[in-house]
Amino acid sequence: MLLSRKQAPSLKRQLWVAFLVVPPIVFMSLFVVYPILSAFAYAFYDWQGLARGEFVGLKNFREVLFGATMAPVVWNAFLHNVYALVALMIIQNGGGFLLAWLLYKEPFGFRFHRIAVFVPVVLSTIIVGFLWKLFLNPNFGVINQALYSLGLDSWAKPWLGDSSTALGALILANAWHFVGFPTLVYLAGMQRIPPEIIEAARLDGTNEWQLLKNIVWPLVAPSTTILFTLLFIGAFNWFEIPYVMVGLDGSPFGTTDVLGLVFYRTAFGNQSASIQNFGMGSALATLLFLFIVVFASMLTLWLRRREIQF
Amino acid sequence: MKLTRRILMGAAAGSLLLSSGAAMAQQTELTFWSWRQEDRAFYQDTIKKFQEKNPGITVKFETYAPENYQTILSTALAAGRGPDVIQVRAYGNLETIATPGYLLALDPQNVPELANFPEPALAAETLRSDGKVYAVPFAMQAQLVVYNKKIFKDNGVNPPKTWDELMSLAQALKAKNITPFANGTATAWQNETIVGGLLSSMLGKQFEADIISGKANFTDPRFVSALAKLKDVSQYFSPNFTGVDYPSSQQLFVAGRAAMFAGGSYEVANFKNQNPALDLGVFPAPVLKAGDQALIATYYDGGYAVNAKSEKKDAALKFVRYLATPEYGTAFTNTLKNLSPIKGIKIEDAITQEVAKLAENSMSYLMLVRFRYQEPSGSVLLQSNVQKMLAGQQTPEQAAAEINKGIATYYKPFQK
Repeated sequence: MLLSRKQAPSLKRQLWVAFLVVPPIVFMSLFVVYPILSAFAYAFYDWQGLARGEFVGLKNFREVLFGATMAPVVWNAFLHNVYALVALMIIQNGGGFLLAWLLYKEPFGFRFHRIAVFVPVVLSTIIVGFLWKLFLNPNFGVINQALYSLGLDSWAKPWLGDSSTALGALILANAWHFVGFPTLVYLAGMQRIPPEIIEAARLDGTNEWQLLKNIVWPLVAPSTTILFTLLFIGAFNWFEIPYVMVGLDGSPFGTTDVLGLVFYRTAFGNQSASIQNFGMGSALATLLFLFIVVFASMLTLWLRRREIQF
Repeated sequence: MKLTRRILMGAAAGSLLLSSGAAMAQQTELTFWSWRQEDRAFYQDTIKKFQEKNPGITVKFETYAPENYQTILSTALAAGRGPDVIQVRAYGNLETIATPGYLLALDPQNVPELANFPEPALAAETLRSDGKVYAVPFAMQAQLVVYNKKIFKDNGVNPPKTWDELMSLAQALKAKNITPFANGTATAWQNETIVGGLLSSMLGKQFEADIISGKANFTDPRFVSALAKLKDVSQYFSPNFTGVDYPSSQQLFVAGRAAMFAGGSYEVANFKNQNPALDLGVFPAPVLKAGDQALIATYYDGGYAVNAKSEKKDAALKFVRYLATPEYGTAFTNTLKNLSPIKGIKIEDAITQEVAKLAENSMSYLMLVRFRYQEPSGSVLLQSNVQKMLAGQQTPEQAAAEINKGIATYYKPFQK
């Protein structure tokens, strides 16, 4: 076996490998690599609508990062992406971890709950966005109605119209939508832990908290790596839920603005308020891409190091 | 697929054009792009009438979703393709297409019917840099107040003339548990339509002229005090109005649960479609003191243009000229319940007649008409700062100062 693998592969095998490898490479180059590179190139030009004007070097990048008009909008949105990342890390991934632990212990009806927790993940984000927009409607939404019927009138708010609650509402809607995914991944991670380890820990008299902190959490590190990295990427590419629930403008007055919305408005224009600037949009997309690639790689490398073989 | 087919067809038509000079008169097929899928029946009918008059020409009508239209169109134009006749938007959005030279300039020689349009309508389709007209305008829109006649009659109130009348009327309705205004501010652009519908008379034509000349800017007392009045009247908007979005406010009005809706004249046809039983009327923004001129804020939606790279410009111009005739304007207005700017049309619909009459006293829908060419656009600034002001997070003075600061970054008359 080992010997034959070291021999030069036959022509037939080479052809077979090429047959399998070439189509995806062509596909990826055409639909992923080429658009990314061309967006990168577009960012160096001035644009009249979608007609390319003259080469302007780094002007678009400068405008996006430091320009008097664009930079405050971009940094404001960036800050909201960071909030979303931190909040979702705690609520979505943290909540997912705890839910997974509950399901792992196989309480009454755990088979039903295992499915129920995952169902929202399967729904389309557009539907979830509209659903939550209805729930949060200030006048006939179920949330305010419930508060009124509990006599908590002062708690009722125009959730999506109030600058202090709008971003939080979007984050919670997103967490509701996706919490099933970290739950599933963590549950699989927990079920991979050899039961002897947990049994041994129990015999040694650990309490629940010690068990979670010292045994389970370190042993699900591979799940954590993938979940944290995916959430990082997702939080900075966040678009659908804000777009559906508060619109392209990050309403009210920019308090829910995120980079995805800024990019869309800038590159393609907002029919009801502004015109497009394709060069600046491309510059923003390029910067966002580089930011995500660099930091997601660093995060992955760092998280990988804490994974333990067992 | 569709595109390739179009290219092939274009190539075929082109070669035909070269090979058989005279015979091609019977073969000319124009393509006409639009974002108005909902008006398809009307456009098919128009095309039929046009074809009867011009036997050699056929027109193919194709639509794309409004939110993608501009992108699809500019991509096609950038690639040297695109349709022969194009429905385009106006002002800043026209410029993104006209500036790169994609559109054929129209003048009284190639389209004598331009004389059928009032000056501001042509201005909406004019490129500021060369002063040339690039499209034949199709509709005028107005920001005003739409009201439910039945609610007004049941409560014994009449459309208000002055701001004080409006306030006491709203007070009276609210006391009877009727929501005076269906409006909400959660959808950003609604803030701009509300300003246009309610404040135009208090701002006045002179204010617009002063803004253009640079004699006044947006920190002007006229603008600040109008914003303060808006803040004042917002207590009569839909309950929890900061969280009420555009569709919810429309529903509130359509269901007959609110008496007024400050917004566009285009809402009327839409409201009627959803609830034909509604008896509606319109009135202009109330004036500060009796005797002042009552105004509505008007703008033009867009126009019909000819692709500069079209191989069938003569036929395309013929079609566009037809779209500039009073005959077409009359059909447009009466079928779509949107006011065509063409002079000499006959209007059947009572409310459209009313709007046409009100339009005799109008100012521009200011931010769209004058300040939607550069960033930060006047619209972006007005929408977010009025939204913030109505949420109680800044004063009218602060809102006005923010709007002015943003526009002054590029608007020369404010930089003196």
